[in-house]
Amino acid sequence: MAARRISSLLTRSLSVSSSSVSTSLFASLGKNSGRNGIGKRFSTAAALEDLIVPPVQIAYTQNLIDGKFVDAASGKTFPTYDPRTGDVIANVAEGDAEDIDRAVAAARKAFDEGPWPKMTPYERSRIMLRFADLVEKHSEELAALETWNNGKPHEQAAKSELPMFIRLFHYYAGWADKIHGLTVPADGPHHVQTLHEPIGVAGQIIPWNFPLLMFAWKVGPALACGNTIVLKTAEQTPLTALYVAKLFHEAGLPPGVLNVVSGYGPTAGAALASHMDVDKVAFTGSTDTGKIVLELAAKSNLKPVTLELGGKSPFIICEDADVDKAVELAHFALFFNQGQCCCAGSRTFVHERVYDEFLEKAKARALRRVVGDPFRKGVEQGPQIDTEQFEKVLRYIRSGIESNATLECGGDRLGTKGYFVQPTVFSNVKDDMLIAKDEIFGPVQSILKFKDIDEVIRRANNTRYGLAAGVFTKSVETANTLTRALRAGTVWVNCFDVFDAAIPFGGYKMSGIGREKGIYSLHNYLQVKAVVTPLKNPAWL
Amino acid sequence: RFCGVGRVVSGYSTSAGIENPINPSIKVHCTQLLINGNFVDSASGKTFPTYDPRTGDVIAHVAEGDAEDIDRAVCAARKAFDEGPWPKMTAYERSKVLFRFADLLDKHIEELATLETWDNGKPYEQSAKIELPMISRIIRYYAGWADKIHGLTIPADGPHLVQTIHEPIGVAGQIIPWNFPLLMFAWKVGPALACGCTIVLKSAEQTPLSALYAAKLLHEAGLPPGVLNVVSGFGPTAGAALASHMDVDKLAFTGSSETGKIVLELASKSNLKPVTLELGGKSPFIVCKDADVDKAVELAHFALFFNQGQCCSAGSRTYVHEDVHDEFIEKAKARALKRSVGDPFKAGVEQGPQIDSEQFEKILRYIRSGIESGATLITGGDRLGSKGFYIQPTVFTNVKEDMLIAQEEIFGPVQSILKFRDMDEVIRRANSTRYGLAAGVFTNDLDTANTLSRALKVGTVWINCYDVFDAAIPFGGYKMSGQGREKGVHCLSNYLQVKAIVAPLKNPAWI
Repeated sequence: MAARRISSLLTRSLSVSSSSVSTSLFASLGKNSGRNGIGKRFSTAAALEDLIVPPVQIAYTQNLIDGKFVDAASGKTFPTYDPRTGDVIANVAEGDAEDIDRAVAAARKAFDEGPWPKMTPYERSRIMLRFADLVEKHSEELAALETWNNGKPHEQAAKSELPMFIRLFHYYAGWADKIHGLTVPADGPHHVQTLHEPIGVAGQIIPWNFPLLMFAWKVGPALACGNTIVLKTAEQTPLTALYVAKLFHEAGLPPGVLNVVSGYGPTAGAALASHMDVDKVAFTGSTDTGKIVLELAAKSNLKPVTLELGGKSPFIICEDADVDKAVELAHFALFFNQGQCCCAGSRTFVHERVYDEFLEKAKARALRRVVGDPFRKGVEQGPQIDTEQFEKVLRYIRSGIESNATLECGGDRLGTKGYFVQPTVFSNVKDDMLIAKDEIFGPVQSILKFKDIDEVIRRANNTRYGLAAGVFTKSVETANTLTRALRAGTVWVNCFDVFDAAIPFGGYKMSGIGREKGIYSLHNYLQVKAVVTPLKNPAWL
Repeated sequence: RFCGVGRVVSGYSTSAGIENPINPSIKVHCTQLLINGNFVDSASGKTFPTYDPRTGDVIAHVAEGDAEDIDRAVCAARKAFDEGPWPKMTAYERSKVLFRFADLLDKHIEELATLETWDNGKPYEQSAKIELPMISRIIRYYAGWADKIHGLTIPADGPHLVQTIHEPIGVAGQIIPWNFPLLMFAWKVGPALACGCTIVLKSAEQTPLSALYAAKLLHEAGLPPGVLNVVSGFGPTAGAALASHMDVDKLAFTGSSETGKIVLELASKSNLKPVTLELGGKSPFIVCKDADVDKAVELAHFALFFNQGQCCSAGSRTYVHEDVHDEFIEKAKARALKRSVGDPFKAGVEQGPQIDSEQFEKILRYIRSGIESGATLITGGDRLGSKGFYIQPTVFTNVKEDMLIAQEEIFGPVQSILKFRDMDEVIRRANSTRYGLAAGVFTNDLDTANTLSRALKVGTVWINCYDVFDAAIPFGGYKMSGQGREKGVHCLSNYLQVKAIVAPLKNPAWI
């Protein structure tokens, strides 16, 4: 299933003394894990039986269409759960094809008649800046809601993800008035210019692992470019998108510009992907679903599609690496967000000379990992998102054992309710085992041994995925060689999961099509129009 | 965008309120130099008076910076650059300081606009409703650039990894003029700060007040001490010291072409610092035969008379096709006569006083020169009222290229109308000047517009509009109108160094 991503900043603390908010989060997580971890095992899981009540009320459960909260056309609702317990948090309006139709009609009207694309970019940027201010004001409620619905540590949501959400909207607000076309040299007496126009109505489908951040990655560039949107959230995590969409309207977003439909992939998602009046689809999720989305787009109106899909990213520790740092970073690269990251460093390749030391320390680090109620301070790992993912992760662990990988620690659920899984480490993993090929999307680290650089390049690239890679080395030459040779959309050298707003992100091969974030993401939401006119008696050509 | 300020009523001879000026409702607080985050007296202890152009009365006495103060300011800027935190902060943090500054500008819009009009003489409505909103808009624009300054990775012929990083250039010296004190502050300070530079800014001696106030707000917004230092003072002392300082890495100057040449010379004689120059102009405004004459008259009037004619980009040579010439001059005269001149604090006033006695006298000399050289004075030609520096909106016809008024920058409310017959001729005549700042083209013919756009040797061509100054539109001159561009993406390069980084690649997967 899909993976998504976060905050950088976490890893920066390893190499830099940056002053950013999230750096301190990493520092504090590290400290806590050290402090709480000494002499303890994750199996203490103290907090699991005595859960903290989330400090937030749920105000918005309807679909947001044309600026109004409305029930689903069918009147149906679906439950959304607390992954700590499996209990129902709220019942949410369940959108399907009819609701998508209504939302697309509202977005179409808002695009064709305005005012959104007819406003100056400066006005659009001011609304986005006001929105960022409102999100900042409501950060606490939003972080609580995000953790409640998703299960991720509250400190991560509050100190890292919400600030980054705000930061992304500041970034895209700044782009709105900086989208330049070109004037183009022509062979003959012609004046040629390109206009970069908004593409129209964008359909966007986001996953459950980073509900708010994925909202920002999708909505930010589309709105900066002057598009209107129909956004379908993941059925596991519909709540925060509705809340922030409400804030966006408070900030001055005109009705119909951003419509949010909660619902399921086969109904609402498919209707959006195959809608004849949607000009663009952007999807983040699993590779299998991504193929369906692309097919639906092709079969309907040939709308261009951006896909951010799965990964099986190598994290390569070379023989010259500082082992302690490499262990910490490799641990972070895999276990961050309960392992539910598309770019998780899920194949840890370790050079044979440092393999034994690495393995021992990686195991010790996993054993120190603090798992528990994500609302509790110092907790590094909460529950997996739902029963389906939980069962799938446990199946992969059994498969690892059966295929003769060595289970170093973990391997089972934690506690008796909710979807907590023990931090799990396998060694002696071979490239042909399922756990080395498939995206597990859980807290399961697979450690593989390698001997030389050509070999590790070949093995690291031997996957249908190509989302990201980590390289841990002190050698400039090794870093440069691996950087070019790895078939992946991001190479992190001596860091991992650094996710600045300006850094493009996306996959090679079956990890996706196109790039999000950074200047590259704007292309997803723009059409290029060439305008050509003859020149009479030009002074120059 | 500058248009639309009241264009009602009453021949200028009514001279609304000139004899009984409205008392500005603010106090002047900031008169010292701003160095290293503190307001301080000048090293010499000297001050100089700054005047109300409506009366010539003193508004305030301002600390007079000279070489010693420039030294101190450069020292503070150097330290703030070399030791940080400014260039070591994330671009995002810098952008947030600029965004907060823009919010503070919006909050203090009335005081700032009042101060600007009081010290400069421009209509208050123009300050408050056009210039101040544009200033916060420009600062927000640059705030957005801070985190979008990209270098490149570069293809190499051999196995090499090549990349460029765009670094802040260091300590920037900036010298701004008096005609748009705050806007020029924003044009200069915005990009330099976005790029991570530190600054020593010298304001014009005629208008030192609003820059000090704005700089104070920038510190309230979170700018660290030493990042922006403001020194009030005169060109030959403070300005020259800044231009020739060995520890200043970059100089940007807006002012006359004569002074610009001196600035460039001082830079080259000292440490060869790169220089950006925005200088004078004698911009043609070309009214073609297919033009809608009423619209052309209004726009040509605006192009010249806006801001009391004190714009480097003023459309100060109005070329009119012979087929529409007679109708045009009759209507241009009527429009000039309708121009409402008076106390700039009065609502509906389009034109206030010139900036000071020197400019006032210079303009009157040019008017005499126009008459003496045989141009036809069809309206205006003299001062207005008995105090301050008000001048009647003045229009000359039958102007020839060899007359002084067609060659030199008058920088006042004096429109010169020239007749032309065909396109090649007007291209040649429009380009026959040492300046090349801007041009206006008034036509509905696409071929004419495209031909003129390419043929005119100027930095900006406005087609069927004039003085459109978006934050994103680059501005600057060909020929002796300057070097470099301000605003837009182009201006960032003024404040950046490009560093190429090259490393060998071993066994690259591709080249």
